[in-house]
Amino acid sequence: MSTTSTRVIVTGRKPKRALSRDSKPEDVSRPGQRSRQRKESLAGYGFLIPWLVGFFGLTIIPMVYSLYLSFTNYNIFSPPKWIGLDNYIRMFTNDPSFIQSAQITLIYVLVGTPITLIAALLVAMLLNYRDKGAGFFRSAFYAPSLIGGSVSVAIVWRAMFAGDGPVDNSLSFFGIDLGGWIGNPDLVLPAMILLSIWQFGATMVIFLAGLKQIPKELYEAAEMDGAGPFHRFRAVTVPLLSPVIFFNLLLGLIGAFQVFASAYIISNGSGGPAGMTNFITLYLYKRGFSDGQMGYAAAIAWVLLIVVAIIAFILFRTQRSWVHYSGDSK
Amino acid sequence: MTTSSFSEPAFAMVENQLDDPPQKAPRRKVKRKTWQTAIWFIVLLALAAVVLYPLVWLLLSTFKPNAEFGQNMGLLPNNPTIENYIKVAEGIAGVPMWRFFANSLLIAVGSVIGTVLSSALAAYAFARIQFKGLGILFAAMIGTLLLPFHVVIIPQYILFNNLGMVDTFWPLLLPKFLATEAFFVFLLVQFMRQMPRDMDEAARIDGAGHIRIFWAIILPLIRPALITCAIFAFIWAWNDFLGPLLYLTSPEMYPLPIALRLYNDQSSTSDYGATVTASFIALLPVLLFFLVFQRFLVDGVATQGLKG
Repeated sequence: MSTTSTRVIVTGRKPKRALSRDSKPEDVSRPGQRSRQRKESLAGYGFLIPWLVGFFGLTIIPMVYSLYLSFTNYNIFSPPKWIGLDNYIRMFTNDPSFIQSAQITLIYVLVGTPITLIAALLVAMLLNYRDKGAGFFRSAFYAPSLIGGSVSVAIVWRAMFAGDGPVDNSLSFFGIDLGGWIGNPDLVLPAMILLSIWQFGATMVIFLAGLKQIPKELYEAAEMDGAGPFHRFRAVTVPLLSPVIFFNLLLGLIGAFQVFASAYIISNGSGGPAGMTNFITLYLYKRGFSDGQMGYAAAIAWVLLIVVAIIAFILFRTQRSWVHYSGDSK
Repeated sequence: MTTSSFSEPAFAMVENQLDDPPQKAPRRKVKRKTWQTAIWFIVLLALAAVVLYPLVWLLLSTFKPNAEFGQNMGLLPNNPTIENYIKVAEGIAGVPMWRFFANSLLIAVGSVIGTVLSSALAAYAFARIQFKGLGILFAAMIGTLLLPFHVVIIPQYILFNNLGMVDTFWPLLLPKFLATEAFFVFLLVQFMRQMPRDMDEAARIDGAGHIRIFWAIILPLIRPALITCAIFAFIWAWNDFLGPLLYLTSPEMYPLPIALRLYNDQSSTSDYGATVTASFIALLPVLLFFLVFQRFLVDGVATQGLKG
């Protein structure tokens, strides 16, 4: 169906286009053109109505309202009471749980994301070595990305890292006896980070698509100049892949800040043991919805937003020095 | 990680690979290439064994009797049984399993319809119509791509609470009909921009308006992108935990992930077999989607940078 409609339109293209693009504005007087413009704007906003309602009603106005709430004391039942900066002051001076939550979240994000990216890039390069047979592995490695944030996988992860679970038993085989990871305050965060690394597949698929676009001649030329594999990686792969690296880094960092279901399930909603899975989103949820401190939770949300914005800003700022878009002179 | 302990099947498969090529490869260089390929296969198979191990474990563990979980955390059940499935079918908290499944399905299908419809409309405006304010609104839409969702959950909760929508599906579905998931809008904009502009200009001369062009020309042409959107919208809604956790309070409204939480909370005292089996059932539709549509999904990720 789509092919026939395309053909009909394409055959009649030339004269009609000349008519519409070039001669029409001359024929029609200015007011007519303006009315056409107005009609276009009307159509544009017409198509955008659902999005506009969602954008303002569910994003912009709520954001502003949450900023207001962050300066108040509010528990959904009685009206908000203005307390100025108290929520923010309390957060940084008088709330060790928040400080710990911020710390473990930053560790999770800043350790997990780069490792995930490196693993994804290495596996992508491995898959790029050969086309035959790579498709199966590409799909197999991708599968965890699709389900990694789900409750089911968090439950499986608890079992994997339980005492005498598969991970513990495998390590014991090598003489490393760590016991269960999930109940251990020192090991539960590494288990969470491993869960995020396990989902490297989506990033890997994007890297692989980027690698396929790098012209083979560049590697051949570099090899002719005597560049070894490592030098070729630094001089050809990294610069040409840098826009993809930037994209994955940005989305990876922002996504990692928002991990929730896995932490909730692995800790049974407590953020434990010893607060080591109490990620900022989980802490925000508990404050706002279990303790009914919605003003305080709104302040936490805004701190999260500001941190994410700063990270995005830094990334975009440093982009010029290491990201090469095609057409750039290096 | 613990790569070597899982690699036995890897060796078995690579041996088969090695059997034929060397006979036809007298030259040394070809032989070296064969060896490289063999090592390549071994490494990847070992890695795949590690990566897929938790999923295989989940599948096989659903057949373990409950009593076995304490002693046998390995892959294979000693005394395979389907008693877990029978128990899980009864459900939890007085609600049968099919009800949780139906709730999940309703939310996911509603989300797909809402997301595809509203995102396609918005994308058409951004990609094919020149109107005042286009630039600013498009930039704002891109900005919401980077916005952490948690910033709006409190005010959104207050809003839906005031509208009397708590413990209904509306807070989960309404945002989907308002194109709040910017990823889908962005993906469809990218697709629509690739369509040649001459087509709608020609159609315009033939007297077609934007609605006509959208419906009869653009939508059929971007069908692959719409399917990608639909699959991802389904999976995201199916796996969503935070939304139902916030808004659904009575057990008969629960979708599967929240029902799983009930199993998980009780699992320390009692029924591990049921927990694992319910987890598997919750994952099954996504895994089936993946097996059927894997090309679609993986290519969608490769070309559009959509995450899982």
